Amino acid sequence: MHHWTKYVRVVEILRIVCLLQASVVYETFLTDAHLRFEANLATFYRIRKDSPALNLYFPRESLKPHSRQESSSKSAFRDHCETLYTRSAGAWRDAGLSGLLNEIANSSAEVPKWLGVSSSCVLALLRWVSSFHSSLFPHLTLSSEEMTAEFSQVLDWSDCAVRGFAWHPHTQKCAVALSDDSIKIYNPKSATTPTLKHRLQRSVAALQWKPLCASALAVACHNCLLVWHVDPTSLSTRPSSGCAQVLSHPGHSPVTSVAWSPNGPLLVSASPRDTALLVWDVAVESCVPLHRVGGGGVTYLSWSPDGSRVLAATPSSLFRVWETRMWTCERWPSLKGRCQSGCWSPDGSRLLFTVQGETVIYALTFTDNPGVPLMMSGGPKAATVVADLSETTLNTPDGDIMVGGEIQSLAWDPRGERLAVHVKGDAGAGRPAMIAVFKTQISPAFKLLPCGFVQGEAGTEPRLMQFNPNYQHGAQLTVCWSNGKITHVPFCFMSAGNPQPGLGGSPSFPLTQGRPADYNNQTLYTELIS
Amino acid sequence: MFSLKNTQWGSLVICWRAVASMAWSVLLLLPTTALFVLLSRFSLFHPILWMSECLSLLTSASAIFSFILLCGVVLMVGFFNLEYYTVVPSIACSKIALLGQVLHPRQFVHSLVHCIMGVVVAWCCAFTIGGRYRSLGHPCTQDESGPEMCLNEYHLVLLLAGAFIGYSHSLVGVVYNMNYVSFHTMQQYKYLRFKGALPLVVKASAVQALYCLRSFLLLYFFMGYAPRAWICKTLDLSINSSIHSLDSVSSLLDLSLLYHLWISGTFLLLTWYITVLLFRIFVTEVYSFPVQSTFTEDAHQCLPKVITGTQPMILKFLALQDLALLSQHSPSRRLEVFSLSQPGGHPHIWTALSKECLSLLSDLTERLVAHHDTVATNGRAKSQSTGSNKRSTTSSEVTSVGMEDMKTPRPSALIRTPGSVFLRSSVGAGLRTPLTTPFTPDLDSPFSSPALRRLTGPLEPQGALSPGFSSIQSPHVMRRGPKLWSASTDSQLNGSPPPSPGPAPSPSQAQLKPSFLVTFLQNRKDQVKNFLAKRMLIMYLFNKLPEASSQALFADSQVHIWALQGLSHLVAASFSEDQYGIVQTTLPTILSTLLLLQEAVDRHFKLPHTSSKPGHCSCSMGDDSYKTLRFALRSTLKTAVYRITATFGGHLQ
Repeated sequence: MHHWTKYVRVVEILRIVCLLQASVVYETFLTDAHLRFEANLATFYRIRKDSPALNLYFPRESLKPHSRQESSSKSAFRDHCETLYTRSAGAWRDAGLSGLLNEIANSSAEVPKWLGVSSSCVLALLRWVSSFHSSLFPHLTLSSEEMTAEFSQVLDWSDCAVRGFAWHPHTQKCAVALSDDSIKIYNPKSATTPTLKHRLQRSVAALQWKPLCASALAVACHNCLLVWHVDPTSLSTRPSSGCAQVLSHPGHSPVTSVAWSPNGPLLVSASPRDTALLVWDVAVESCVPLHRVGGGGVTYLSWSPDGSRVLAATPSSLFRVWETRMWTCERWPSLKGRCQSGCWSPDGSRLLFTVQGETVIYALTFTDNPGVPLMMSGGPKAATVVADLSETTLNTPDGDIMVGGEIQSLAWDPRGERLAVHVKGDAGAGRPAMIAVFKTQISPAFKLLPCGFVQGEAGTEPRLMQFNPNYQHGAQLTVCWSNGKITHVPFCFMSAGNPQPGLGGSPSFPLTQGRPADYNNQTLYTELIS
Repeated sequence: MFSLKNTQWGSLVICWRAVASMAWSVLLLLPTTALFVLLSRFSLFHPILWMSECLSLLTSASAIFSFILLCGVVLMVGFFNLEYYTVVPSIACSKIALLGQVLHPRQFVHSLVHCIMGVVVAWCCAFTIGGRYRSLGHPCTQDESGPEMCLNEYHLVLLLAGAFIGYSHSLVGVVYNMNYVSFHTMQQYKYLRFKGALPLVVKASAVQALYCLRSFLLLYFFMGYAPRAWICKTLDLSINSSIHSLDSVSSLLDLSLLYHLWISGTFLLLTWYITVLLFRIFVTEVYSFPVQSTFTEDAHQCLPKVITGTQPMILKFLALQDLALLSQHSPSRRLEVFSLSQPGGHPHIWTALSKECLSLLSDLTERLVAHHDTVATNGRAKSQSTGSNKRSTTSSEVTSVGMEDMKTPRPSALIRTPGSVFLRSSVGAGLRTPLTTPFTPDLDSPFSSPALRRLTGPLEPQGALSPGFSSIQSPHVMRRGPKLWSASTDSQLNGSPPPSPGPAPSPSQAQLKPSFLVTFLQNRKDQVKNFLAKRMLIMYLFNKLPEASSQALFADSQVHIWALQGLSHLVAASFSEDQYGIVQTTLPTILSTLLLLQEAVDRHFKLPHTSSKPGHCSCSMGDDSYKTLRFALRSTLKTAVYRITATFGGHLQ
């Protein structure tokens, strides 16, 4: 492990300025044998021709946020001449025991004195217990909106025009969740852009398309999960709410993360208030809660691409890795803070994760068979630090810039060759949020090389990023910016794993290790193979 | 001989699992009983006395006796679970069928035994609670006649409540298919599954006991004097006239009595539900069958052999579940599936597995098509009924003209489904399924000319033009008929084709020209049916329950879901793992079977009586997952097709 900036300084830094059109990045500074410049040049022009025009722009002014609050509007219409009994029943239905007690304590004129006093006492006791509980888990004091903002993978979620973005795993189609609680679906091959709106679709925290399916889109909403079935052949621009399955479970709100199993009908969902991880069988709308003690909730989920494991982060300094055959879990108590984000390598053998309050990326390696339960086989014993992204100053032609900081999210491209790291930055200290891109190699040994940065127009910062799973010529990173623009940054390379035939037959020499003079071949992190 | 061996071995596997589950439920009875003792004798103001009393009771010899009794009851319940369980739920299509299930002798035995066991458990409860519930008789002094034994009504009420709850458990079990054992999509260890389900079971038993108690108290309030008098007469007890009898509002609203009744009912249901739950968990546990055996003696235990067997049914289910899991999770076992037989080099394992899966799937396709035919015929009759009588007679003429064309059945008539482009590749597999009913109602409508009909006749599938259909029935009866009677009667009544492959035999001459006598008899029959249909009760009993037929069609679809998962995962894995290319040879058949099934399923979901979304049932302990199997099947089918096409991609062209 070396400090990353040492190499960032020496390699040629490429500042990628995303214009309105898709720009193509060349990694000319890498003398990797697989990377053939001529071949890339050929693909470059091809991409420029056939890249879909999916550069979207959502100015914040055009989106009216929902100001509707279910409870606030209700009081305006409620008939206040109702009897105490009716009001109590309503309070019980809406807010449970505490609501009922509150209602009784508030209407002390109508109830016997002992009842009013005792309900106030019980209410106070309840509040005391809940305050004790929330001192254990401070996140429980947050409101639902704040909680979603806190645990979402989107940087500054509440201020964002684009709150969620999801590429379809099999076609060039994407869904964009906007701050006005609508979801738009863009398909470059079709003229219609369906807009999905639903009464329950509020404060969308995450969305994901179902793999091995053309039409199903899971949306994590304020107090439920919605699974939309949007027929791709339909010409309707406003699919009715009958197209959506509503999956809700008591106590499971707000939902902050969803993940589909890559090869099955299962969907997992997480809520920071619910200690259980819910595994849904979407077709029959049934769920199995998986309760485990500790953590106080589940904030972020990520299913490994081979389907064998699920990462489940909690609001406290603990995360779990579930094995999906028998659904047992491994606890990983991380010391400094909660697990903020994580991503899996395409073969499911490596997990990279970041911890809130730290500027490093950790890696876990799973070497066992996916079929064998975690407990019995030798999983990893400790996480290793693979990259340190602490603040540093870079000398560039435009002057010195500060980079580095805490990490918001991670994304690994589907071929396992590029890793994008969303760095939070600090606007006050002059460090903008930015995306650092690393070059990765998974087999035979795990390697990490610095590659470059992705920056937007002046004054904008990245909020959300995702790799396009269907990009033919390498990797394509989709970035949602703070000004409401969505751009796509392609990285052109040839896959080291399966070089295309006919594009040069020179033997590929492996990356030499341990030669400090040759900085181009030097890696930031190399796994030691014993 | 071979199948016998297989059956014996299979039953043994299931028996051992049942025995293990029973052992665990007996073990769990201990803490449950202790909890019951604590709760039933609960007193808020004397905690120390309460604890010491409970401890002394739990260690007394009589408590051990009643515990042994309870163990016996639990073992009995476990035995009944094993004897009555089913993996394919029996779905009653109408109220009368449900009534038939309830009154079935087998079910009668079940109810009777559960009733008696309820009394036994209630006796143990009464003994444990002690105090005024302890015995049936107590000494009392009536006026003048000196000391004698009087009836203790509290004890009697508790026993009767036990019997009632036992009986209602059995009854509710039939209505909600509590003997149905469902398999889960997610695999979990037995302990974790039990832990997850335990709170639900406790809640369900408490709620169910509350409902039972309500009904029981109502019943006792109105009918309580009968058992009381009977017991007094048989046991020669007298009724203590100084104490009010319990069938009055004031004495039934005794809070302590209600609490004890409720807690006893909860205890009874909880022990039984735990037994059921453990049985389900143990029996549905994954069984890993060997893919191929090294010794010929064990050959009947191999996956390809077990999967083709039919008895016991659950073994086939377990084998298919194992197939679905191995195809997803274990590369080493997949390699065995793709291997060739050592002398000869034939892919026997793969052939056996894929053949069985495909036959299951095409069976389902046939079933769906046949059902669709029945319903579609019904729909056409409806459209006719709007026309006048004269039209219907013309239609009968027209149809008879069409039937003359049909006298020479041609096999080519079978393979014609508009929009089915997959048939070219599927002639081999497609011939097995009767591809009737393309959606062409206009051809069969009475308005089309005979000439046109003659033209299209040879291509017309038989479903629409079957012989009995065009007889001179009143259109109203024809419309009502299928709704009035069960499905099997329909198909005979309307003459829609039986779901047998191949062309139907040509209609006989007698049917072609109905004689006067036949017409007369049919008219009588219709009149009787008309008469019956007007009676409300009969209509209520015979009316088909909505969605029941659709549920019944997909009752065993768990098998198909696993077959789809297993096949599609194996095919997807074969892209990189199949060294000899054995899967490629079956790939066209697999794809065409899947697509035919897809077509049939899509068409089924377009029928008016099938809802497109799973509904929610709040029934607590009865497993209702069979109601949603068709939705699971639909989505699994889609995923399976996508999985194969996504894996092979451009290679399929």
